[in-house]
Order: sequence, then C-alpha cells, then structure tokens
Amino acid sequence: MASAINNLLDWLLTSWLLSGLGLSVSTDSAIGYVVAAFIHIALIINLVAVGALVFIWLERKISGRIQDRLGPTRVGGKFGWLQTLADGLKLITKEDLMPDGADGFLFKIAPYISFAASIAAFIAIPFAGGPYPWIAQHLNTGVFFVIAVLGLEVFGVILAGYSSASKWSLFGAMREAAQVVSYEVPLGMCAVVPVLIAGSMDMVVIGNQQAGFFTNWFIFHDPATFITFWVYFTCALASVNRAPFDLAEAESELVAGFHTEYSGLRWSFFFMAEYGSMLSVSLLASILFLGGWHGPIPIASLLGLTAENGDVAGYVGNLLGLTNVLFKGVVGVSVMIWIRWTLPRLRIDQVMATCLKYCTPIAAVMFLGAVLWQYNLPGRTFFGLLAAPPAMFSVDEGWEAPPAVTTEPAKPAMVEVRVEGLTPQQVAANQERGN
Amino acid sequence: MNAIYWPSVFFLLFGAMACGFALAVLLSANIVRMAFYLVMSLAATAGLFFLAGQEFVGAMQLLIYVGGTLVLLIFGVMLTSQERFVNMKTLAGDWVIGMIAGGALLSLLTAAAFSVPEWRGPERAAVENLPIEPNATPIGMGLLGARVDQIGAPADERAGMAGYLFPFEIVSVHLLVVLIGAAYLARAKRRSNPLPTG
Repeated sequence: MASAINNLLDWLLTSWLLSGLGLSVSTDSAIGYVVAAFIHIALIINLVAVGALVFIWLERKISGRIQDRLGPTRVGGKFGWLQTLADGLKLITKEDLMPDGADGFLFKIAPYISFAASIAAFIAIPFAGGPYPWIAQHLNTGVFFVIAVLGLEVFGVILAGYSSASKWSLFGAMREAAQVVSYEVPLGMCAVVPVLIAGSMDMVVIGNQQAGFFTNWFIFHDPATFITFWVYFTCALASVNRAPFDLAEAESELVAGFHTEYSGLRWSFFFMAEYGSMLSVSLLASILFLGGWHGPIPIASLLGLTAENGDVAGYVGNLLGLTNVLFKGVVGVSVMIWIRWTLPRLRIDQVMATCLKYCTPIAAVMFLGAVLWQYNLPGRTFFGLLAAPPAMFSVDEGWEAPPAVTTEPAKPAMVEVRVEGLTPQQVAANQERGN
Repeated sequence: MNAIYWPSVFFLLFGAMACGFALAVLLSANIVRMAFYLVMSLAATAGLFFLAGQEFVGAMQLLIYVGGTLVLLIFGVMLTSQERFVNMKTLAGDWVIGMIAGGALLSLLTAAAFSVPEWRGPERAAVENLPIEPNATPIGMGLLGARVDQIGAPADERAGMAGYLFPFEIVSVHLLVVLIGAAYLARAKRRSNPLPTG
C-alpha cells in the first residue's frame, strides 16, 4: 500500500505536474494510467457541473433583466449568485416519482445517457493550444468526433419520452428526434468549412492556425466563412434544443415535453446535459471560427508567453488561452440565453422549413463559396485583404507527396495473333498487308 | 503493480459489453429495449475502435450505426405502436431456425478467425513496441485517390490503385437512387382527374 502511494506521489510529481509544464512523460505505469484518466474525467465533469450552475444563474439574471425584473438577488449575498446551489438542494430533497405505466429501467437510465453523451463531447475539445495542448484526448479527427457524439444526446431524450408512458413526453421526444436528425446535416456542413480552410480535422491544429490578431480568425477569413458562422450558430441552437427551437419542451402545448414526468435529481440531469451541450457547441464555434485560444490581440505571444521561451512561460500562455476559450464559450452561451428570451418559439413546420429550405442550402452554397475562395485566393486572410500568416500553412499530412506515378500511356487494345508456324515478324507482315 | 496491461483490460470490458448487449437484444421482448441494447452494443464496438487508436472509424461507427439505430427506433415506436409489435414473442420454431442460421455463421467465422495466420493476435511484446499512429490521413487521402499507405509498392502496382473515390461515388449514387425510389413510392397518389371540391 505504501509503495502504491509512493508510486502515486512520484508519478504526480514527476509526470502530471511536469507534463503540464511541457515535459513529456509516459503514463505507462499502471497507477499513472488510472490517475491520468481520473484527473481528466474529474476536470471535465466539474466543468460541466459548475458550468451548469453558473449558466442557470446567468439565465435567471439575463431573463430577469430582459423582462424588466431583477432576477435572483438574495442567496449568497450579492446578485444571488448562489441561487442555483439552493435550487440544487431543493431538487435533491424532492420526491423521486415514476409513473405507473413507465418502463422503469429505461425511465431511470435516460437522464444519465443524455448527461454522459453531453460530457463525452468535451473529451476531444482542446482548451489551450500550442505545442502542449490542454486536451483530454488529442484526436486526429476531433471535429468529427465531437459532431458524432453531440448527436447522441437526443437518444436519452427519446428514451425518456417513450418510457414515461405519457403522450406529452412522447410528442416532445418525437419532435426533438425529427429536429435533431434534420439539423445535424447543416451543422455538419458548416463545421466542414473551417476544416476545409485549415486542411485538418484536428481541433488543436485548427486553433493554432488562427494565431495572431483577430484578422486571422476563420470567421473573417472570407465572406463564405462569415455567413457560415451564423448558420452554424443557428443550427447549433436547434441541435441543442434551445429556444426558439425548443419544441421538445414547448410548455404552452406539451406541459414540459420529454421531461414532464421527471422530478428531482433525474430532471436536473437533463438540465445539466442541456447546458453542457450548449457550452460544447459554443466551444466548438469558438475553436472553429473565433480563434480558439487566441485573443483578438495576441497578448500571450506579444509578451513572449509561449512554449519556446521556457516551460513556465508556455504554461502561463496556456492559462491565458484557457481563459480565452472559456470566455468565448460563455459569451456563446449568453447569446443563446439572450435569443431564448427575445424570440418566440417557432412552429414545427417553421422549424423544418428553417432547416431544409434555408440552413441546408445556405450551408451548401457557403461550402462551395469557401472552396472557390480558397482556390482563387490562396494564402490570403481577412476577406482576402491580408496575407495569411505562416501558421496557416502549417498543416503537415505526415507524408511526403507521393512520387508522380509514371504510368505508360495506355496501349490500344490489340490481340496478339499466334499463328502456328509463323514467326512474329511474319505475323506483323500479315497484319500490315491486311490493313 | 506495473503488470496490468490496461488496453487488454479495456478490450475485455468493451468486448464483454458488446457481446452481452447483443445477447440482450436477442432475449428482450420489447422493441424499444431491443433498440436500446443494440445501441449499447454498437457503442461498445465503437469503444473497441477507439481503443485500437482508430478514432475516425470509431466516430463513424457512432455517427452511422448508433444514429441509424436511433432513426430505426423512432420509426419502430411511431409505426408499430400496436401492442402486438411492441412486445414481440418469439416462437419456438423461430428460435430453432435462428439458432441454425446463427450457429452456422458463428462456426464459420470462428474457424476463419483461428485458421488465418495473419488474423491471430500478435505477441504482447510486439504490440507494446508498435508505433502509435492515430491518424486518419491514409483513409482521407485514399478517398481522394492517393493511396499513401501503398507508397512503398512498386510503381506498376501503384498505377492500378485508384483510391476509394470511385466505389464511394458508386455507392452514393446507388443510395440516391434508392432515396428517390422510396420518395416516389411513398408519395401520395394524385388522382389523374381530380374532381372540383368546392
């Protein structure tokens, strides 16, 4: 036991802390593997849970201000900033209800499926870049992974709607399913545009390419990406099921939609999942379009806080990057809240028309536009006004360009005639005579 | 303490999950639960891909199979809301036929898996020395027409490798035909000579 603790301490001191400072270490040792995994999981779960706490408070405050109220003011002293914690305590003490006709197993497991899918997206999202990115699992196809996992959250919602044995829940779940499945198409198309410009699906690479001033952000790369960003944001809003696309829980028609029958802690898991995926689509937007961990003015690199100037400088630079990413993510969530309390809810046919008649065609045309822009104006940024920085040419596919395949030009099809008793010369002479 | 080889542990975990949930699909009678177990089984398979360092294939598995099952589930609930289909009872005869068909396939696959030498698991020492290349670039370049994974091959062999673009296009056009056909069949039939209604 003592040796295990020693191992743990050794490992913590020699590998985890130092790897954050830029020294590479292996996590081969048995205990290191587990501890590394747990640290990442704990950080991500804390981000989602504490994020939900803050966002629910923010939602109450912003909605209050928009409706000319004060919002929470008392709990926790100023601004009522501990209101969500009080709500959480209230939710824990609530009775855990389950309808008689419900499918018990699915009813109980549905909130956790939503929550797990919502957290899983954070595995591949980087929070700081540079040569030592802060990311739980550095995936080569991070963008694709995040988009794939985000679509899974609806699964928990459908299970909840079905297993509640309530018509409101089932209607809500079916609406959400139709909506999310439709909006995944334009969402994926929009996410492809920055991937196309960066030449990589690696989110760390995409973020690193936007280094420098805000003119290098992909949203300002060309007119097509500028429009794509707004389409992406609309589709993200719909795919995380927020107003004005919150038909799954339209309280004026469906009581509360898919979570009508839920109470207490299970209900709050749905909410944590919702705020978690709001944060993850905002973080994705900030990395794909808004420069990721690079601020509008590159303070970190102007002050020399990069990994080239030593480990501590790189670490502090990464901290600044983390602040940037989180700030952009929180701004994205705040805009979502602002939209929710400003716009009325759409009807289901309007939701579908927005997706099929507007978002998908616009996304497709913008994809084409970005391709043409890249083709005609390579190496420019900021709507083609500035030359692209060298960082934008950094994509290395990891292979040498294949040597040009020296194919001989295809020969005309010819059947070799072998006539018994004739030499090849005689055959050729016969053919010439025949022609 | 260093004796645990964690990839093996997770391989066994994901493998057991995939097999267990696949069995649960068989044994469950409720169509929504079946779909849930199927999704879990497919997700565990995606976990196996992630474990092998091929996160592109794993994410593909999640997006296509798990997402596809999701749509299947929606239609399963919407179209078969009658009691008779929601709770399916398998007849004894169906069990026998299913066992024969499944058993034949299982025995074939098992025999194949153990008889081909290239498919046998490598030694652990060899596995630990493998370079880690979690990289989807060869697949992407292959889709564009450049088989970068075959660069070492002689030039005359490489000349015939056109990448995956052509088969991919054939499959997608085929799917498009199927979609148009389905839309045509499902379209509400218009009467050729509609009567004035009002």
